[in-house]
Formats: sequence, C-alpha cells, structure tokens
Amino acid sequence: MKRIYADLHLCPNLNNERQTARMIRKAAALGYRLIAIPVPLSLTEKKVRWLRNLCEEVGIEFASRIDLKPRTPRELIVNLRRLRRRFEIIAVLCETKQVARQAAKDRRVDLLNFPAINFRRRFFDKAEAELASSGLTAFEIDVKPLIMFEGAARVRLMSNLRKEVAIAQKFRVPTIVSSGVSDELHMRKPRELAALASLFDLKETAALEAVSKNPVAIVKRNREKLSPRFVAPGIRVIRRGKDC
Amino acid sequence: MLKKERRRYLALEIDSEETFSSKELMNALWSAVLKLYGEYGASKTGLALIDYNGEKRFAVIRVVHIAVENVRAAIASITKIAEKPTAIHVLNVSGTIKSLYKKLKQ
Repeated sequence: MKRIYADLHLCPNLNNERQTARMIRKAAALGYRLIAIPVPLSLTEKKVRWLRNLCEEVGIEFASRIDLKPRTPRELIVNLRRLRRRFEIIAVLCETKQVARQAAKDRRVDLLNFPAINFRRRFFDKAEAELASSGLTAFEIDVKPLIMFEGAARVRLMSNLRKEVAIAQKFRVPTIVSSGVSDELHMRKPRELAALASLFDLKETAALEAVSKNPVAIVKRNREKLSPRFVAPGIRVIRRGKDC
Repeated sequence: MLKKERRRYLALEIDSEETFSSKELMNALWSAVLKLYGEYGASKTGLALIDYNGEKRFAVIRVVHIAVENVRAAIASITKIAEKPTAIHVLNVSGTIKSLYKKLKQ
C-alpha cells in the first residue's frame, strides 16, 4: 500500500495569503497528502475555512494545529481544557522542565517540541520519555534547524537529537519528523526529510514512519475523538433513535 | 576478489529562479557532502556529474549505491548555490542511466 506522507509543521505566514497558497501547492507537488499548519487563536474561522478549501483544491488534507508555549504547568492545563476540542493537533513547546513533564504525561497533548537553539532547554530525557510513552505523546523533530544551522551549532544539535531519538526508541515514544519551515525554498520532499533523519541515526524504516505512519495515526486518532459519534476509545455511537 | 562497485544515478531538479553553471552546482554538492560527512565520508560517495541542463534546471549525478541516502541528506541540506537561495530535490533514483530517463518520461 502506498504511504501517506504528512508534514505536521508547515509554518507559512498566514497574513500573506499568496505565500501561504504557494506553500500549500508546493506541499502537494512534493508528495504530501496531509499537512498541519499552526493556527494562531486570533485567526478567524473564515480564514481557517479558506485554508481547508485551498488544501482540498490541491488534493491534500488539512489538519488544524495549535502550538502552545506555556510558562507553567498550570497555564498548560488551563489552555488544554480550553483548546483541546477546537484543534486536531496540540503541540507544546517545552521551555521549562515542569512544563515538559506535565505535557508528557497529559494525554491531551499530541506533540512535544523542544527549542533547537537552546540546548540546555532540551528536556527529552529518560524520565520524560517514560511519561510520554504512557501518555501517548509523540516527540516532534523539526528539520529546519538542521538545514539552517552550520558548523558547531549543527554538530551539537545532531548529537543531542541522536541521544533523544535513542531514548525515544527505547521507551517506544513515536518520533515525528516535520519540516517547521516558513519559506518555500526550505521545503523538502518526504524522502528527503527521512534522509535528513539518518543524521541522527534514525533507521530508514523508522524515518519513513516518522513522516508517514506516525503523524497520520495521530491525526486519525484525534479526528475520531473529535467526531460527535465518539464516546470513549473503542466505543462509538452507531445509531440514535427510539428503537435503540 | 574485489566486488564490482554498484552505482546509482540520481535525477535532480534545481528549484531556483536563477541559472547556475555545472561547476557552481558541483561545488554546492561537494560542499554539502563535505560539511555533513567530512573528507573521508565524501570520498566514499563516488559523486560525479553525468548530465546537466542549466536552463531546464535539471541534473543527473552518479553515486555509489551505499551512499545514496547520505547524498540525499546532503542534497536536502543545500539552501544556496553561489550565494543564491536554492533548493535541490531528488526526482528519481535508478541503477542505470537508461532506466532513469525511462522513469522520468513516465
């Protein structure tokens, strides 16, 4: 069966409609069938519909995503309560250890993301992975810094990612490789993202799953949960009526 | 006995508004491979330019089959050629030049 490739972190400038449209068209041309764009809370419903229609026009699926950047675990919990049912994907950029731990154990969080520049704030260690593996949270890696950085910064990033990916695999935390780019010229084909993942020792099969099976599974699971028929995992409303 | 080296041919598409000479393209490719894998790693890729059309922004390169993924990663890391913003995408990979062109025509 043909793989469905997904990029869950495409970051066009949503104020620039022409650039956004170009990036969506390019994603389709590069072979993606599913993309997620972080949507700011201030964005109108009309604009989200425009994004969805544009994706439909070029033959790809659109998933709404929100990137949370809470300063405290409390702030994260409040935001999750408010936003979980509004977005298909919730990613948390963990800037403190407390937030990282809370995000990893909270089943409402889909993706854990860590700052690429500040290596001291990459909190994906064994304890974090253990919490994430029981909380169904995935570890997201953006390839943008790998493309943009050079020299010592890239060497340090690759070294950190190698350790983190090894930990994620040990604890069976799904890894997701996304682009994280905001410029068309930095967009890469899914197989190229997978090839870049070899830089942090992700095997070819695992790398391909990180751009296809893993992200698609998250979106599918969340869509099922957000559907009005959903009752609990494995239980769905099939029919409503007096005879039921 | 020495085994015959298996080769792969990669068709590349250069995504840029500018046109480049074959020398500029190869400089960018070698520089990316050297940056990621060093001189030792680069020596194992067997990288060579086979065909280049600057106007169509199309190139064919040859690499050793075990280095395909490494070269693909190096190509994906290219953001500039001759200081001009560019991206290079791999269109197809094949074992012979003939089958590469055949695949591209399909």
